[in-house]
Amino acid sequence: MSKKQFFGVVGEFKTPKSLMKAAEALRDAGYTQFETYSPFPIHGMDDAMGLKHSKLGWIVLCGGFTGLSCALALQWWTSAVDYKLTISGKPFFSYQAFVPVTFECMVLFSAFCAVFGMLALNRLPKLYHPVFKHSRFHDASSHSFFLSVDVKDPLYKTLETASFLHGLGGENLEEIED
Amino acid sequence: MSSHVINYELDPSKRIPLVTGNNNFKSVTDIICAPVEQPAPSWWWIAISASGSVLLLLLSMLGYLFWEGIGVWGLNNPVAWGFDIVNLVFWVGIGHAGTLISAILFLFRQKWRTSINRFSEAMTIFAVICALIFPAVHTGRPWVDYFLLPIPNSMAIWPNFRSPLLWDLFAFTTYFTVSLLFWYVGLIPDLATLRDRAKTKTRKVVYGLFALGWRGANRHWQNYEKAYMILAALAAPLVLSVHSIVSFDFATSQLPGWHTTIFPPYFVAGAVFSGFAMVISLMVIARELFGMKDLVTMYHLECMNKVILATGSIVGYAYGMEFFVAWYSGNEYEAFAFINRAFGPYAWAYWIMISCNVISPQFFWFKKLRTSIPVMFIISIFVNIGMWFERFVIVMTLHRDFLPSSWGYFRPTWVDLSTLVGSFGLFFTLFLLFLKFLPMVAIAEVKGVMPAANPHHGEDH
Repeated sequence: MSKKQFFGVVGEFKTPKSLMKAAEALRDAGYTQFETYSPFPIHGMDDAMGLKHSKLGWIVLCGGFTGLSCALALQWWTSAVDYKLTISGKPFFSYQAFVPVTFECMVLFSAFCAVFGMLALNRLPKLYHPVFKHSRFHDASSHSFFLSVDVKDPLYKTLETASFLHGLGGENLEEIED
Repeated sequence: MSSHVINYELDPSKRIPLVTGNNNFKSVTDIICAPVEQPAPSWWWIAISASGSVLLLLLSMLGYLFWEGIGVWGLNNPVAWGFDIVNLVFWVGIGHAGTLISAILFLFRQKWRTSINRFSEAMTIFAVICALIFPAVHTGRPWVDYFLLPIPNSMAIWPNFRSPLLWDLFAFTTYFTVSLLFWYVGLIPDLATLRDRAKTKTRKVVYGLFALGWRGANRHWQNYEKAYMILAALAAPLVLSVHSIVSFDFATSQLPGWHTTIFPPYFVAGAVFSGFAMVISLMVIARELFGMKDLVTMYHLECMNKVILATGSIVGYAYGMEFFVAWYSGNEYEAFAFINRAFGPYAWAYWIMISCNVISPQFFWFKKLRTSIPVMFIISIFVNIGMWFERFVIVMTLHRDFLPSSWGYFRPTWVDLSTLVGSFGLFFTLFLLFLKFLPMVAIAEVKGVMPAANPHHGEDH
C-alpha cells in the first residue's frame, strides 16, 4: 500500500487583516509549523506568528568586520611590508590615506553578506515548493493572501485544521501533496 | 487633491494619498505589469533604434580610440584631463539620486519614494556603467586596466594605496556592486509576480529563475526586510563616500581652485541635484507614455522638485563660498583661479553653469511652477546641462597654472564630442530595455504604502 506524503493544508484569505487574525488564532491555539504568504510584507505579522527576530544583522556584522580587517591588512602588507614605496615622504603605513579603501571594502563585504545571508536564511534559491501546487497560489504575488499549516506540526490533523482555518475565514482550502 | 492638506498628520490615512484613482492590489499589479507583458508600442521601437544608433557611435569612437590612442582627443599640456573625467563625474553624479531615493529616503521613512525608487535605481546602475567606461578607456589601453588591481604581477609592485585615483577604483566598483545588489533584492518579489502571471513558457522560466523561487512567505519577508534595511543603511554612507572620493581626485592635488575642503559636500550636493533632475526628465515622459499617473502623482514630482530646489541652492551657496574663500584666504593664486573662471577664456562655460544651476532651480519656489510638467521638464534639462558644465569648469582650471608660459586652451575634438553623445546612447538603450523587461515601479513596495495594506485598516484607533 503506497502512502502519499503530504505537505499540509493551504487556505486563501482575502485581506491582510483576515490573514493576520488567522495567524494570531493559530499561534494562540498552539500551532508553530505554519506560514503565511502575502504579496508584500505585513507589519505585525512576525508577532502574530510568534517569530523571533531575524539573525541577519549578526551575519552582516561579521562580514563588515572581515572586510575592514582584510582591507587594512592588504594595504599594510603591500605598502609597508612587501614592497615599500616612498611617496612624498609619507610613512609606509599611512593609515589616514587607507581609510577610503578600508571603508569601501567594509561596505562591500557587508552588502554581500546581507544579500547572500538573506538568501541562505530563506533557503533560496529553491525553485520548487509544494505550496506552488495550490490551484490559486499564482495570485499570492499579486493580490491574495495564503496560509499553510505543515503536517509536521504536532497539532496537525487534516480535517480539524482545515475546519479551524475555514472558521477563521480561509477559503479554497486544499490539502497539498509534498 | 486639495492644496492645503496638512501632510504631517500622525494618522497616515489623513495624509496625501500616494496611490490615487480607485486602485486596489490587483489593479496596481496590472498597471505596473502592463508595459512588460504587452507588445512594445511603436514609439519604443523608434526610440530604441535611435538610441541603438547612438550607442554604435560610442562603440566606433571607442574602437577608433583604441586603434589610434588618446591623441584623437583634445587633451594637451597643461590640460591633461579633459572630457574623460568630466563625463565620468557627470555620469556618476547622475547615479547618486537613485541611491539617495532608495537608501536615504527609505531610512527617513519617506514613503513617497516607493513609486520612483525602482526607476531611479535603474538609472543609477546605467549611469554608473556609463561613468565606468571613461576611466576604463582613458589611457587608450584598456587591456592594461588590471594594473589598478592589487594582484601579484610580473613587476612585483603593488598599486599605490595613498593615491585618490586608486580610492576611486574601490569606491566605484563597490558602489556599482552594492547598487546592483540593492536593485536585485528589490526586484525579487516583483520577478515572482511576473513569473506567476507569465503566459508563455519562456517568460515563466526566465522570470522564474531570476525570482529564485520567491513565494512571499512571512519568514522570508522577515529576513528580506532586514536585508533591505541593512542594505539601505550601508548604501547611505556609501553614496556620500563615492562622490566625496571623486572630489578627492581634485581636492588632494596642490592646484589652486581644486585644493579645497568644501569639495566633498559640494560634490555630493551637486550629484544629488543632477540625479534628481535626470529622474524628473525621464519620469515625466515615462509616466505619460505608460499610464502611471496614479502611481507617480504630481505629489511625487513636487517632492522631487523640492529636493532639486534645496540641492540647487546648496550648490549655488558652494559657488559663492568658493569665491569668498579665494578672496578671504589672501592667496593670490587661489584668487586668480576663480577670477579666471568667471572672466577668463572659459567664462562662457562658467556663466552657462551659473545660469543653469543657480538661477533655473529658483523658479521652484513657486508652487505653480514646480507643479507644472512643461516647466519642470525644461528646468530639469537645464540642470543636466549645467551640471555637466560644472564639471567642465572645474577640470578646465588646469588651463592656466602657476606659469603663464605654460598656459593653454582645451578644445574638444569631434571624437570627444561624439563619445559624450554616444554615452547617452548607451544610457538610453539600457533604460529602454529596462522599461520593456522589468517592472518600472516596485510592485510589492507600492502595495505596502496603500491604506488597504495596513492590517488594522478600517478599525478605529
